[in-house]
Amino acid sequence: MRDLEAIVIGGSAGALDALLSILPTLPAQVLCPIILVLHLPPAQPSQLPAILSRICARTVCEAEDKVPLCDQTIYVAAPNYHLLIERDRSLSLSIDAPVHHSRPAIDVLFASAADAYGPAVAGLLLSGANEDGAEGLAQIRQAGGLAIIQDPATASFPIMPEAAIRRVGPSAHVVRLQDIGAFFNTRR
Amino acid sequence: MEQSLHDLELGLLLDAIYLTYHYDFRSYAKASLTRRIRTALGHFRCATIARLQERVLREPPLFAELLRFLTVQVSEMFRDPTYYRALREQVVPYLKTYASLKIWVAGCATGEEAYSLAIMLYEEGLIDRTLIYATDINPESLRTAEEGVYRIDRFTKFTESYQLAGGRASLGDYYLAGYGGAVLDRSLKKAILFSDHSLVTDTVFAEMQFVSCRNVLIYFEKGLQERALGVLSDSLCHKGFLGLGLKETLRFSPHAVAYTELVPDVRIYRKI
Repeated sequence: MRDLEAIVIGGSAGALDALLSILPTLPAQVLCPIILVLHLPPAQPSQLPAILSRICARTVCEAEDKVPLCDQTIYVAAPNYHLLIERDRSLSLSIDAPVHHSRPAIDVLFASAADAYGPAVAGLLLSGANEDGAEGLAQIRQAGGLAIIQDPATASFPIMPEAAIRRVGPSAHVVRLQDIGAFFNTRR
Repeated sequence: MEQSLHDLELGLLLDAIYLTYHYDFRSYAKASLTRRIRTALGHFRCATIARLQERVLREPPLFAELLRFLTVQVSEMFRDPTYYRALREQVVPYLKTYASLKIWVAGCATGEEAYSLAIMLYEEGLIDRTLIYATDINPESLRTAEEGVYRIDRFTKFTESYQLAGGRASLGDYYLAGYGGAVLDRSLKKAILFSDHSLVTDTVFAEMQFVSCRNVLIYFEKGLQERALGVLSDSLCHKGFLGLGLKETLRFSPHAVAYTELVPDVRIYRKI
């Protein structure tokens, strides 16, 4: 099993709670950068980096344009901008039209991660109440990467994970919320 | 393997566009460009980028349509109200000291930002001594901007932003609604000169007191960002003002030494 070079995570309603339980259980041996899109109200400055810093040992920052990705760091998408990963492993932003009424959109991040990393990326899709992320996760899978979906039975809002299970098919790993951290023990 | 083929085809397409139509997208940030090209492939029913390239070379009208996918035409009136509020409160007082003003909106897309500035300058009593240059590379966007007609349903959001931006009247004072569209007041347009200009291939064309270039640089690779910032910088007069997008910064740029941060939160800089 090839080592992961990045983990991309997406979620919407109910995903913050899921993250708060996953991040502290993520094995310390997972060194690669983690890039995160959560749907948030567009007008407010995101409190997310501050919230996540409190619960895990990794550096958490808001994603900035053209910044090279560093290990052991979590990058959180800024409100009202799409977040993408370039082939040289740096971040870029765009204000292209919303996808699934969302900007940032999970599909946009995931598709760019599939292009940038091919098989060396894992996409993790969490709780949510719309279908953003399913298409992007399928692209990650097609490029040979890992597709991990929060078991809808353990999600506050199952629509997003259910859509991804339908779209990606049986090659997706459907993992219960409480087991997601440990899942990365075997695959890092 | 597939990835390198994609890179090769994309590179060839951008070369073909540059050599044939003189639009230079070669140093655009590739991740979002790739996404827009894929959307275009679907729209034009081309299975590969190579097929799209062949059609672009042989069908000039198709290129005009493709430009719509390659350039970003997302814009709003008073987008990021805090930016406009900061301009009104912290830049306008300086602008009032000039007998005549030149302002440049670089990358104006369909014109919403230029009209927003015109409204603010009108309310501040500056419009009669101001010329706003609003430039873009997409002729279709420029035509839309020139018409100054926008879908009426967008004005709910525009009105909310106008008020948050510190608007002194009612946004309704500045447009006439009818047939699902809203026509911006002709007097605003008199102050704006919409024209073609590329931050990639063109240079300085006038000396400005204020340059607003928002959410344009994020579409460029690092080297091109510096090139574009050079053009914006060279256009500004001594002590002139530069406004960038909320997520754009001079921090990592060699141009930073030429500026002070006037309003750091909303990325308004002043040339030293």
